[in-house]
Amino acid sequence: MAKLPDEELMFQGTTACPGCGAAHAMRYTLKALGKDTIMNLPACCWAVIPGVWPSRNLDIPLLYNAFEATGAASSGVRAGLDVNGIGREVTVVGFAGDGGTADIGIQALSGCLERGTDTIQIMYDNEAYMNTGIQRSGATPYGAWTTTTPVGSRQAWKKNPKKNMMEIVNAHGIPYAATVSIGHPESMIDKLRKAKEIPGPKFIHIYAPCPTGWRSDPSITVELCRLAVDSCVFPLYEIENGVYNVYKKPKKKIPVREYMKLQGRFRHLPENEVDRIQVNVDREWELLLKKEAFTKEQVV
Amino acid sequence: MSKTVIVSGNFAAAYGAKLSRAAVVAAYPITPQTEVVEKIASLVADGEMDAQFVKVESEHSAMAACIAASNAGARAFTASSAHGLTLMHELLIWAAGARLPVVMVNINRAMGPPWSVWADHHDALAQKGTGQLQFFCESNQEVLDSVIMAYKICEGSDIMMPAMVVEDAFILSHTKEPVEIYDQELVDEFLPPYNPEYKLDVNRPFGFGSLGMPDWYMDFRYKMAEAMDKAVDRVEEVNKKFKEVFGRDHGGLIEEYKTDGVDVLIFTMGSISSTSKDVIDELRAEGHNIGLARLRTYRPFPAEKLRELTRNVNVVGVLDRSYTFGHMGDSAGEIKAALYGHKDLILKNYIVGLGGRDLTPKILKNIMLDTLSLQDKELDEEVEWVDLRINQERWRR
Ligand SMILES: Cc1ncc(C[n+]2csc(CCOP(=O)(O)OP(=O)(O)O)c2C)c(N)n1
Ligand code: SF4
Repeated sequence: MAKLPDEELMFQGTTACPGCGAAHAMRYTLKALGKDTIMNLPACCWAVIPGVWPSRNLDIPLLYNAFEATGAASSGVRAGLDVNGIGREVTVVGFAGDGGTADIGIQALSGCLERGTDTIQIMYDNEAYMNTGIQRSGATPYGAWTTTTPVGSRQAWKKNPKKNMMEIVNAHGIPYAATVSIGHPESMIDKLRKAKEIPGPKFIHIYAPCPTGWRSDPSITVELCRLAVDSCVFPLYEIENGVYNVYKKPKKKIPVREYMKLQGRFRHLPENEVDRIQVNVDREWELLLKKEAFTKEQVV
Repeated sequence: MSKTVIVSGNFAAAYGAKLSRAAVVAAYPITPQTEVVEKIASLVADGEMDAQFVKVESEHSAMAACIAASNAGARAFTASSAHGLTLMHELLIWAAGARLPVVMVNINRAMGPPWSVWADHHDALAQKGTGQLQFFCESNQEVLDSVIMAYKICEGSDIMMPAMVVEDAFILSHTKEPVEIYDQELVDEFLPPYNPEYKLDVNRPFGFGSLGMPDWYMDFRYKMAEAMDKAVDRVEEVNKKFKEVFGRDHGGLIEEYKTDGVDVLIFTMGSISSTSKDVIDELRAEGHNIGLARLRTYRPFPAEKLRELTRNVNVVGVLDRSYTFGHMGDSAGEIKAALYGHKDLILKNYIVGLGGRDLTPKILKNIMLDTLSLQDKELDEEVEWVDLRINQERWRR
C-alpha cells in the first residue's frame, strides 16, 4: 500500500469548516493524482473552499462550472486537450458533491460515462447539499434530518433510501469504480492511482463527513469514517470491469447504532427505526459479498 | 386575526405561498432563496401548511413539476434564483405557452462566473421574454402581497399566464422587516380556489401541448400576446381591489414618488428605490424639482403609463442593476422604446450595483445631481457605469 506522498498541492487558507471531510478528500486526491491534473468544480462547498478571487489554494488548473454540468465539462476539457495534442499525461477530473453528482448532475455524469470520456469523475459524499446549508440530496441516508427533511411535529425526516451511485455507474459498463474513505487515506490513494492508469471513464465515491451538516464533533471526522466502514454502512470496495472486490472487510462488524449515535442528524430516530436501518445495512452487506463471490467466480 | 411579524423577504415569500394556499410546491435550494424552501418544508412538516412539497433534483424539474401540477388542477408555487432560474428557462417559456398560472418568487442574484450570490437583476431580466409576468418588489411586505396578487391576476380566465415575483438578494431576502400576515379568511375571500377550465381529467380527456403546425402556432402566440396586453389593466384592477381589502397599495404598474409637476424623473427597480426616495427628499429640500418612478411591473411593460408620467418631464435618469451586453441597461432600453415617437427627452442610463455592489445615499445623490445637471448641458454619455474601481472617486465624493 502506498505511503502518503509528500507532495502538497493544497495549501493553507481554505475556507472549509473545522473537521471538514471534503477538505481531506481534495488533499488526498491531489496527493494521489499529482500536479498534471485539471479539475472541474461545479457549485458545491468546493467551489468556495479554494478561496475567493484572486486567491487560490490549489496548485493545479481549476475550471469552475455550472452545478449540473460536471460530466459534460469533463468531456469538453478532455476533447479540448486532445485536439491540442495533450493526451493521457494530463488527468481530467470532475470533483463534485453528492448533489452535483447524484441529483442535478446525474444526466451529465451519465452522458460522460456512456460516451467513454477518459476522465475520473469523483463524488465527495457528505450526504446533503451543504454549501446551501444542509438540504437533503439523493445521497442523504434514510432517517437523517436535514432542513428540507425536518423533524417537526410530522416527523418528516428522510424517508427515502440513499441512491446507490456505485450501482448506477456500474450499470454504464465503465472499466473502474471504487468507494474510498478519507479515514483510510492509503487505500484511497491506491485506488485513485489505479483509476488514473486505466483509460476511459472512472468513478470514485469518496466518503467525506461534514461536521456542520451531520451535527458531529469536528474532532471525530476520521473516527466516523472508520465506524462507517466497520459497521458496513459505507463498505470499501471496487468494481473493475464488472468484478467486485471488497478490499476492506471489518474484522468485527459493529452495530450501526455505534456509528449513528455520534451524529445529531439521527438523534430523533426511535429505536425501531435504528433496528430497521441495521437490517438494511446487513442485507446490503450480504448482497455485496455475494456480488463479490459471484463476479470473482465468473472470472475464474 | 392578522398579525405582524418581523421576518425576512424569504419568509415573506413562504408566507405568501401559504396564504395563497399553494397546494403543490416543488423547489430546489439555491443561495439566497434556500430559506423559502426550508421554511415551506417546515410549515408543511409542522402541519401548518397543507401542501405537497415535491423535493425535486433540479430547478428544471421544479418548474416541470409545477407545470404538471397546475395542469392537474392544483395551485403551484416555486422559488429560485440566478443559476436556478436560468436553468428553468425552457420551462418558464413552457409554463407561459401552456397558459398556466404558476407563480414563483425569484430572489435575484448575479450570474457567474465569477460566482456571486449578491443582488443583481440580470437573472430575472434575462427571462423577460418568456411570457412570465414580472413584479419587482421593494419591501418584504410587498413580496408577500405580490404573491397573493400574482395568483389573482394570473388565474383570471382571460389571462392564464405564469408570474414571477422578484426580490433583491440579501437586501430583502435576508433582511427582517415587519410584515403583516393577513387573516386567512380574508385572503380566501380575495383569492378563491384555483379552478381552471381545462385540466387533466379522465372524464374529459384533452391533450395538452401537442404539436402545432405553422397554420396554428402563430395564433396561439397571438393569444398569449393578447393576454399580456390585458394583464396591464388587470394588474391595476387587482392592485385596487387589494388596497380595498388589505389597505395596501404598492403602485400597481409603476409606483410614483413625488412625481407631480417634476422636470426631472428618476427610474428605479427593486430595493434601491427606498434609499433613492430618501435622496429625492433631500434634493427636493434643496430646491430641486425631481421625483422618482419605480418600475414595479416589468412584464407586461407599462408603456402607456410611462408616457403619461413623462408628459411634462425633460430629463430622465434610469438606474439599472444589470446590463444587457452589447446595448445598455435593460429598463433604459425599454423606456426609450416606449417613449420613442411620443416624447422627446434626454435620457441617461446609469449601471449600478452589479453583483451586490453597495449603493450608498451619497452615490445615489451624485447620480441624481448628474441627471439634474443635464437640464442645462448636453448629454455626455448615454450609458455610464457608476462606482467602478476606475471612477469611484467621482461617485463617492
Ligand atoms: C442550477 C443551480 N441550482 C442550485 C444552485 C445552488 N447550489 C450551489 S451548491 C448547492 C449544493 C451542493 O451540494 P453538493 O453537490 O452535495 O455539494 P456540497 O455543497 O454538499 O459540498 C446548491 C444547491 C446552483 N449553484 N446552481
Ligand atoms: S459545510 Fe461541511 S462540507 Fe462544507 S466546508 Fe463545512 S464541513 Fe466541509
